[in-house]
Amino acid sequence: MPIQVLMPALSPTMEKGNLAKWLKKEGDTVKSGDVIAEIETDKATMEVEAVDEGTLGKILVPEGTADVAVNTPIATILSEGEDASAVSETAKEASKPAQQQKPVESTPPAEPKKAPSAAANSPQLQAPAEPDVPEGTEMVTMTMREALRDAMAEEMRRDPSVFVMGEEVAEYQGAYKVTQGLLQEFGSHRVVDTPITEHGFAGLGVGAALAGLKPIVEFMTFNFAMQAMDQIINSAAKTRYMSGGQIGSSIVFRGPNGAAARVAAQHSQDFSAWYSHIPGLKVIAPYTASDAKGLLKAAIRDPNPVIFLENEILYGQSFPVPKLDDFVLPIGKARIAREGKDVTIVSFSMGMTYALKAAEELAKEGIEAEVIDLRTLRPMDTDTIVASVKKTGRIVTVEEGWPQSGIGAEIAARVVEHAFDYLDAPVTRVSGRDVPMPYAANLEKLALPTVADVVEAAKAVCYR
Amino acid sequence: MAVAKNKAQQPDAARRPSDKEDDTKAKDQTASPVADLGKDQELAAYRDMLLIRRFEEKAGQMYGMGLIGGFCHLYIGQEAVVVGMQMALKEGDAVITGYRDHGHMLACGMDAKGVMAELTGRTHGYSKGKGGSMHMFSAEKGFFGGHGIVAAQVPLGTGLAFASKYRSKDNVSLTYLGDGAANQGQVYESFNMAKLWGLPAIYIIENNQYAMGTSLKRASATTDLSHRGAAHGIPGERVDGMDVRAVKAAGERAVKWCRDGNGPIILEMLTYRYRGHSMSDPAKYRTREEVEKVRSEHDPIEQVRLRLLQKKWATEDELKKIDAKVREVVNEAAEFATNDPEPDPSELYTDIYA
Repeated sequence: MPIQVLMPALSPTMEKGNLAKWLKKEGDTVKSGDVIAEIETDKATMEVEAVDEGTLGKILVPEGTADVAVNTPIATILSEGEDASAVSETAKEASKPAQQQKPVESTPPAEPKKAPSAAANSPQLQAPAEPDVPEGTEMVTMTMREALRDAMAEEMRRDPSVFVMGEEVAEYQGAYKVTQGLLQEFGSHRVVDTPITEHGFAGLGVGAALAGLKPIVEFMTFNFAMQAMDQIINSAAKTRYMSGGQIGSSIVFRGPNGAAARVAAQHSQDFSAWYSHIPGLKVIAPYTASDAKGLLKAAIRDPNPVIFLENEILYGQSFPVPKLDDFVLPIGKARIAREGKDVTIVSFSMGMTYALKAAEELAKEGIEAEVIDLRTLRPMDTDTIVASVKKTGRIVTVEEGWPQSGIGAEIAARVVEHAFDYLDAPVTRVSGRDVPMPYAANLEKLALPTVADVVEAAKAVCYR
Repeated sequence: MAVAKNKAQQPDAARRPSDKEDDTKAKDQTASPVADLGKDQELAAYRDMLLIRRFEEKAGQMYGMGLIGGFCHLYIGQEAVVVGMQMALKEGDAVITGYRDHGHMLACGMDAKGVMAELTGRTHGYSKGKGGSMHMFSAEKGFFGGHGIVAAQVPLGTGLAFASKYRSKDNVSLTYLGDGAANQGQVYESFNMAKLWGLPAIYIIENNQYAMGTSLKRASATTDLSHRGAAHGIPGERVDGMDVRAVKAAGERAVKWCRDGNGPIILEMLTYRYRGHSMSDPAKYRTREEVEKVRSEHDPIEQVRLRLLQKKWATEDELKKIDAKVREVVNEAAEFATNDPEPDPSELYTDIYA
């Protein structure tokens, strides 16, 4: 039986990659550990090693092929006595289970599976024109990852007191490649690799900010920021108040937050509600690359500590971003991502993928949902939510975080306080389940909200 | 830099069996030299230490009268540490400490009225009454707090040093911490980064022998805290923190070390607090005799007073005049802090965001 060489995943969230190069030819002898090919994503390049000895039988995916799905057979290795002609049949069979497996492995429902031009599929295009962008502005397609990097680079060019620090931000180019190229442009003085010492470097960053610098502190993920919680809350958020306004900290803490894929309870959770609880902090959680860029630039300029919650699964997604020299968005303003009159759906960050998909499904059934992307969680744009509820009379909140004391709970309270008489149905929350994130693929899926959950909730509040 | 100590001047309370082991380790080291203070410097040190002493005594009284609330940690007994260190600093150097901070603020030149009014929670307190005893700042004087969480000031102070180096300045950051804080993990995270990046950070461990009610030997596996940077290659020095001359000399060496670009350094100040951990501490964990012995034999202010008299740099009368002047400053501060109005209710919502 020939051995299948499958397209490997470089990270838990990788779904596809490019086959950059074959280093062996058909008919070459290979032994375990030999590098046979190179694959790449927008984040990294990796070598593919042979897992067994034999002869490289057939190359099924030629070099230069883009967007090869993870688990696709890319070649076969023949044992002694086998010949390459038997290969094509087994390859076909092998690819089937791989494809079936896909929906489980791939968390983001909005990820365009087959589209080389992701922007064409981006729900962003269905949104009303961004009011912050002048009409006729050229839009360029870029990933969330690139937008974040550009925002930092632009602000670093503009202000020499801005610097980036964190684990693997410099030499390694970022654990998630968000800081790619910054070391090369700004040098190790301003792009600082730290030891694995979250409590220490978060505090050091706050100290530098008290002295007037403007640090961008990257947490490899916000899971690790819990180690630094005291410095973020007791030192960063409160010093301005405790000093009677004399000394504050202009600092950004950023990094991926929320559910990742198949990394289980300690590495997969949403801290949005935690930070949004704290006076003295601003909290931003963008969904589109455009918002990420405009808001990260605003966050870096802001004189207050800002928690900037990114999402690992969104890093590789592409969106149109306005081509402007200095695109800065206001902190604290929600965006109406889709207009509608029947029900309001409010979400942010990754939750927007469910909300927008659900709105599409609902439209097919004649329900016009208005989708609001909060973008900023603190200060929360209550006005935009309330104005929408006054129009629709119904509201569903969507988040991946836990339900108790969550963002949805806060929105529910505000709607009840400010628009109670306009409600035609109870405020309904769609959230992650009230459990630590499980590892098993099926359980993990069950722990997260789905498009169907949002559709169901929206229909329920519409009494349909 | 040498690990040095001045045995003769060390407070007896600091002598414990475990310290004897450390003594043997340090045997080959030279005794820490004391600075040769001139007349004006001795008089200034006397006045500055006395101001802290009288201020703290007054704060204690006012706490008893209910004018000061919450936690109130007095610095009485430790005055030589901040006064001696301050003599080694220059414009632009930064100071940060924990919650036993009144002495540091006065030594930095902050106004006694503003500090006392903060203790009473009034409008013209340094933090408009919103910070209290443990959280006061002065951007103007380079004093960065006043931090209530044990050891949290250590990464912050390391960040102040980072900022100095980032801006290519030769200013240093003085980070004070107690013997209790010296066991916190973030201290070692800071030591590591400070050494790794060569930051101009001076860590001053004020070893007053007790972390609240727990003596050093009951809390620390090793009790020579000047060695605490050894794992990171940070030199340390043990200093008689009851002798302002020894503190000043050590401070000057440390400051030079940092300004010359040699990275961080640790100074362990052997000192003693006469009062409880806070106002509510009856200090049952030590004997009255232990406190009395340090007071009578090693008091930092008394040492300077005796030298001034011996060298005939001041008469008893002149010293009494200084004392009277200091009392006047403190009484004015107390008066001000008692009569200053409480913050306007609208202040509740200011200074949260810029």
